[in-house]
Amino acid sequence: MKKVRVLIAKPGLDGHDRGAKVVAKHLQESGYEVVYTGLHQSPEQIVAAALQEAVDVIGISILSGSHNFVFPAVMDLLREKGLGDVLVFGGGTIPEDDIPGLLAAGVKVLFRPGTPLQEITSFLQANVG
Amino acid sequence: MADPKLDPIRTETGRWQAAVDRSLARHPERRAQFASLSDIPVQRLYTPDDVARLDYLRDLGYPGEYPFTRGVQSTMYRGRLWTMRQFSGFGTAEETNRRYKYLLQQGQTGLSVAFHFPTLNGVNSDHRLSRGEVGKCGVAIDSLRDMEVLFDGIPLDKVTTSMTVNHPGPVLLAMYLTVAQKQGVSWDRVGGTVQNDPLKEFFAQKSYIWPPKESVRLLVDTMEFCARHVPKWHPVSISGYHIREAGSTAQQELAFTLADGIAYVEAAVARGLDVDHFAPHLSFFFDAHMDFFEEIAKFRAARRLWARIMKERFGAKDPRSLWMRFHTQTAGVSLTAQQPLNNIVRTAFEALSAVLGGTQSLHTNSFDEAEALPTEEAVTVALRTQQIIAHETGVANTVDPLAGSYFVEALTDQMEKAAQEYIRKIDELGGMVAAVEAGYPQNEIIRASMDFQKAVESGDKVIVGVNQFAMEEGSTIPLLRIDDSAEKAQLARIAETKKNRDNAAVEQCLGRVRDAARGGENLMYPIVEAVKEYALLGEVCGAIVDVFGAYQDPAVF
Repeated sequence: MKKVRVLIAKPGLDGHDRGAKVVAKHLQESGYEVVYTGLHQSPEQIVAAALQEAVDVIGISILSGSHNFVFPAVMDLLREKGLGDVLVFGGGTIPEDDIPGLLAAGVKVLFRPGTPLQEITSFLQANVG
Repeated sequence: MADPKLDPIRTETGRWQAAVDRSLARHPERRAQFASLSDIPVQRLYTPDDVARLDYLRDLGYPGEYPFTRGVQSTMYRGRLWTMRQFSGFGTAEETNRRYKYLLQQGQTGLSVAFHFPTLNGVNSDHRLSRGEVGKCGVAIDSLRDMEVLFDGIPLDKVTTSMTVNHPGPVLLAMYLTVAQKQGVSWDRVGGTVQNDPLKEFFAQKSYIWPPKESVRLLVDTMEFCARHVPKWHPVSISGYHIREAGSTAQQELAFTLADGIAYVEAAVARGLDVDHFAPHLSFFFDAHMDFFEEIAKFRAARRLWARIMKERFGAKDPRSLWMRFHTQTAGVSLTAQQPLNNIVRTAFEALSAVLGGTQSLHTNSFDEAEALPTEEAVTVALRTQQIIAHETGVANTVDPLAGSYFVEALTDQMEKAAQEYIRKIDELGGMVAAVEAGYPQNEIIRASMDFQKAVESGDKVIVGVNQFAMEEGSTIPLLRIDDSAEKAQLARIAETKKNRDNAAVEQCLGRVRDAARGGENLMYPIVEAVKEYALLGEVCGAIVDVFGAYQDPAVF
């Protein structure tokens, strides 16, 4: 069976990558193929990496408060590049009030701080196998 | 080993142990093994046997005296309380200036500037990666113009300021010193700290610009410049805080921080600076996490170990070269988005451990910070927490009140030994610059954060309101919202600054920055000149990148 490929991305200038790395490592240990962008990625770079790596899923981790800019930008670019079926999830320091808007923009789910890693793998199993 | 004093205690402990074993057969303990937050094993009981090797005069001594285990001043908080310094910055310089004035009115005693991510990374608010981040996680500072507004009406000879910025630290320091000059305050009266700790950026906070070796050179330039012209300024705050927040254990935080310090002292000595000339101006910054005694032990061990390193390894003679003074921040990473009011309690215990550990300066986090920067109400509660500890609990009435506790002294020893072991490994790797280049601290931290996460998920470590005692979340707390007006304001100000300045003079200054970077001249001098001409932060840092190159994240996980 083909392994599910996941891109974990850190957008913008925020260097707080602990969450992204812990999730990346956990997904790898759970049998996913994980590509990590490293820091300081623009939405364009994230989508280019998703295209090049032919991933099924993109997970974006944000602490900087730029979520209302980054997520919609990534979703627009994905549609533009014909990658509208790539599943996008997010996590980080994102106030609850902002979540409905991000879901409306097409992000599948946003994990709040304190989410168990198991919840992320269960979500992926249910949505991409 | 036979010991007339300990033998009767050992006999009695054996007798007591037998009684405990009988009791355990009927009532087992809550768990098979107990350990600290950082997995140091914790015994059921500590007795004089556990501190038998402790020599009071050698290992503790008196406050204000070598090895400074009991504190850096002889009277500690009886003389003067720690500086209450809330880390603060958001939106534009105008908004943050208003917050500073509010906090000073509320009894805060020092300022601490939180810069937004573009500034921390040495780029301007109009950089392609700055979109959506301007003013969000700190204040936007693009040029001297912003710094003038930030400290408008705040006399820089009356307050001390700490600036949390690393690779671009020398540029921000140059801006601050220029503002002081414009206020008519001479540099020998300006006090404060610029974090300016480049190495930890590569494995902790990750706001870096240029590669490790070059960044240490720029730090030494700042140390040399300050020792000569700004004697009350701390040109570096060697920071464990971000190391811990990135997921390290307490032992790793202590060890990697001191190893960074060793690298800086070595580099400065190699430059030809006299250790007793600059060492009294070094300062440190630690995290205060949730394990109360482990943190107190960490602070006490830090002072003792640093004093020994400075004396034995670097031959420092001035007592002020041997003392470690540090700022502490309560652990941001311990705050939970769930049941946010619990964070007030967490922060209070963490702050208390910092005070019992003898900190010189303290930042208490606000209860809403798992989700956003603090509201005025939340930051006021956080500041009041410090004031309650200082004025109501009585813990500031005597120096180092926990000294002599069997547990605290044994733990202090263990903490020191664990850190020494890491430092030995780092020495074997060729020092901290080489260790960072080899990815050593990076990998240690990833491993520790995975271990911690697994312990939380298995329930082995309890986080109240998250993996135990969780509730259906009802009402949410009000959060500070920063809209995109800061971004618009900054873009307009950059355009205005470029229009009003002498662009030819700026170009010339940037050329001198490049020349100094290429040659060996101290970079601080041309940086100060460039800043005075309103060169933008991104322009000055960019000129240095032209010579030093830019560091790229190796994207290892």
